[in-house]
Amino acid sequence: MGILEVQSVNKRFGGLQALDNVNLDVEEGKVHAIIGPNGAGKSTLLNCFVGRLMPDTGTVMFNGKSLLGLKPHEINQAGVSRVFQTPEIFTELTVLENVMIPALAHRDGAFKLNPWARMRSEGGIKDLAEHTLEDVGMAEKRHMTASSMSRGDKRRLELAMGLVQEPKLLLLDEPTAGMARADTENTINLLKHIGETRGITKIIIEHDMEVVFSLADKISVLVQGHVIVEDKPENIKGNPKVQEAYLGGAHE
Amino acid sequence: MFGLDTKDTRLFFFVAVLVAFAPFLMNPFPTESGLAQFNGGYPDLMQRFVIFGIFAIGFNILFGLTGYLSFGHAAFLGTGSYAAVWMLKLLTINVIPAIVISTLVAGVMALAIGFISLRRSGIYFSILTLAFAQMAFALAASVLTPITGGETGLQTALNDPRILDFRAEGGNIPAPSLFGLEMRASYEWLVGGWSFTFNVGYYISGLFMLAALYVAIRIFRSPFGLMLKAIKTNQNRLNYTGVSTRPYTLTAFVISGMYAGLAGGLMAAMDPLAGAERMQWTASGEVVLMTILGGAGTLLGPILGAGFIKYFENIFSKINDSILHSWFSFLPEGLENVMVTILHPFVGKGWHLTLGILFMLVVIFLPGGLMEGMQRIGKMFSRKKKSDETDGKATVPAE
Ligand SMILES: Nc1ncnc2c1ncn2[C@@H]1O[C@H](COP(=O)(O)OP(=O)(O)O)[C@@H](O)[C@H]1O
Ligand SMILES: [Mg+2]
Repeated sequence: MGILEVQSVNKRFGGLQALDNVNLDVEEGKVHAIIGPNGAGKSTLLNCFVGRLMPDTGTVMFNGKSLLGLKPHEINQAGVSRVFQTPEIFTELTVLENVMIPALAHRDGAFKLNPWARMRSEGGIKDLAEHTLEDVGMAEKRHMTASSMSRGDKRRLELAMGLVQEPKLLLLDEPTAGMARADTENTINLLKHIGETRGITKIIIEHDMEVVFSLADKISVLVQGHVIVEDKPENIKGNPKVQEAYLGGAHE
Repeated sequence: MFGLDTKDTRLFFFVAVLVAFAPFLMNPFPTESGLAQFNGGYPDLMQRFVIFGIFAIGFNILFGLTGYLSFGHAAFLGTGSYAAVWMLKLLTINVIPAIVISTLVAGVMALAIGFISLRRSGIYFSILTLAFAQMAFALAASVLTPITGGETGLQTALNDPRILDFRAEGGNIPAPSLFGLEMRASYEWLVGGWSFTFNVGYYISGLFMLAALYVAIRIFRSPFGLMLKAIKTNQNRLNYTGVSTRPYTLTAFVISGMYAGLAGGLMAAMDPLAGAERMQWTASGEVVLMTILGGAGTLLGPILGAGFIKYFENIFSKINDSILHSWFSFLPEGLENVMVTILHPFVGKGWHLTLGILFMLVVIFLPGGLMEGMQRIGKMFSRKKKSDETDGKATVPAE
């Protein structure tokens, strides 16, 4: 049984069938990639996992429990963290604070009444956040305001915010989009490295085929809201359906 | 010190010194000089500085940290005042129970109003708080007259029960006191042409303001405070980060409501009188102005803003045409009249015009309020200093 089991998920936006009977079986400790052309419904699918959208029909089971109907913070507390496609960060706060917040939420739970505690005494959380920033290569920028970061740095910060929670399941929505080539490679290495040492299950949405084929244990190809193939990377490349629908089609 | 870092300790002592020496600082002009009307060092006004300082510090914990703009905080101020007067009537003329109860009652009320209002954010939240406050105002002025004294207001009377006090026959209505030390008691010190007034009520309120500031600093520097700041920048993201934001905003709302209740209680302790007008929407708007004018989200800003507005309200509103004439009497008669006519709309009853213009100037040119202005001046000085020093050492940015 997979850590995340998605069955017959449908989602309509008016006349648009954004998700069409989607099934997904993500194995624990593995990297599951979702690829597909722009507008295929990849982000919409992740939205159904984290409580941003409610599917019209279907089930989403995480560790044997349904995620549907839970609030976003409950889903996160259950161990699912998401790295957003368009950076969603705390722009007015420092880079370090941006990472300490998810770390605190992970340690203290959804709410902790501690107005009398001091951030100065949170050495453990600070160390953890600083280490994570080091991992993504942003340690020297930790005291800068998040809004002053470049687009690529914001993506890396997003990644750190997800990683610092050591989730059971990490949802990565195009984590390398907008990054320079060198940063992309670093990010791939980082994701591989984390996969090995911490055993975090990952769902990664990615456009860059190189990234996908070097990371993924399994790939689902989503086209117009429908999973046309789910298979191992080596079988995906040669699959005629995929070639026709995606790889052979318009290059973006 | 006291669990604060060096910078915050310095800030705290800076405010403590200001509070302690305000009777001097606010009375810089000799009593007989023409500028004496700019002296703000009389007990009534100084009490208002620190009491509204408390109100604004508390408001800033909600608005400055979380960004939730309440337009109904005067409801808690007014409720605090009513609760305090009732304690002075029923329990004892000692101000301590009055102040404690007013804070608690306002806290309970904030819990109820916040619980409902915080279901919405942005303008809808503001409107909900405004609606609640106007409801409270209307009730206090009419239906609840047996409790609030209606239009005339609530005050202490000679035949109040005051079950904890020993009662002498006859005499006057007792004045609120702290174990016998009357709030209205003052010591006046005359030196040269100057006169300085040291008032018991002012110093007691001042101590409460320092305590209120200390608590605010602790909240600002706590993980709880960091979550509140995160709510202001991106509440949505915080939800996806595993944080349930509603309990955080509700706690901030209750804390700021308690600050307002404390301020209302102190007002009643200084002058045992409470009226519905304290709950009116203009009073709610005033604390918004104070906080924004001084600098929302800063520790010192709300205190500055409160002092600034209360000073203007009391000093500018007292300048009348005859005072203006006396200022410009050195000019030829025609010119004197022209000057008085020009300035007339800005003083006396027109002080709101002056305040409005100042507020607009601050918001347009100093979006961070007076605090931003002070920081800019500070930077100008430090830049001058730096260019004076010839060694090229890199300065480490302060935390
Ligand atoms: N909240 C929404 N309301 C209406 N249409 C939406 C919404 N979210 C996504 N869509 C539409 O659903 C389709 C899939 O979008 P998305 O999941 O973002 O694609 P992808 O991430 O695969 O590029 C697109 O046509 C998009 O316009
Ligand atoms: Mg997308």
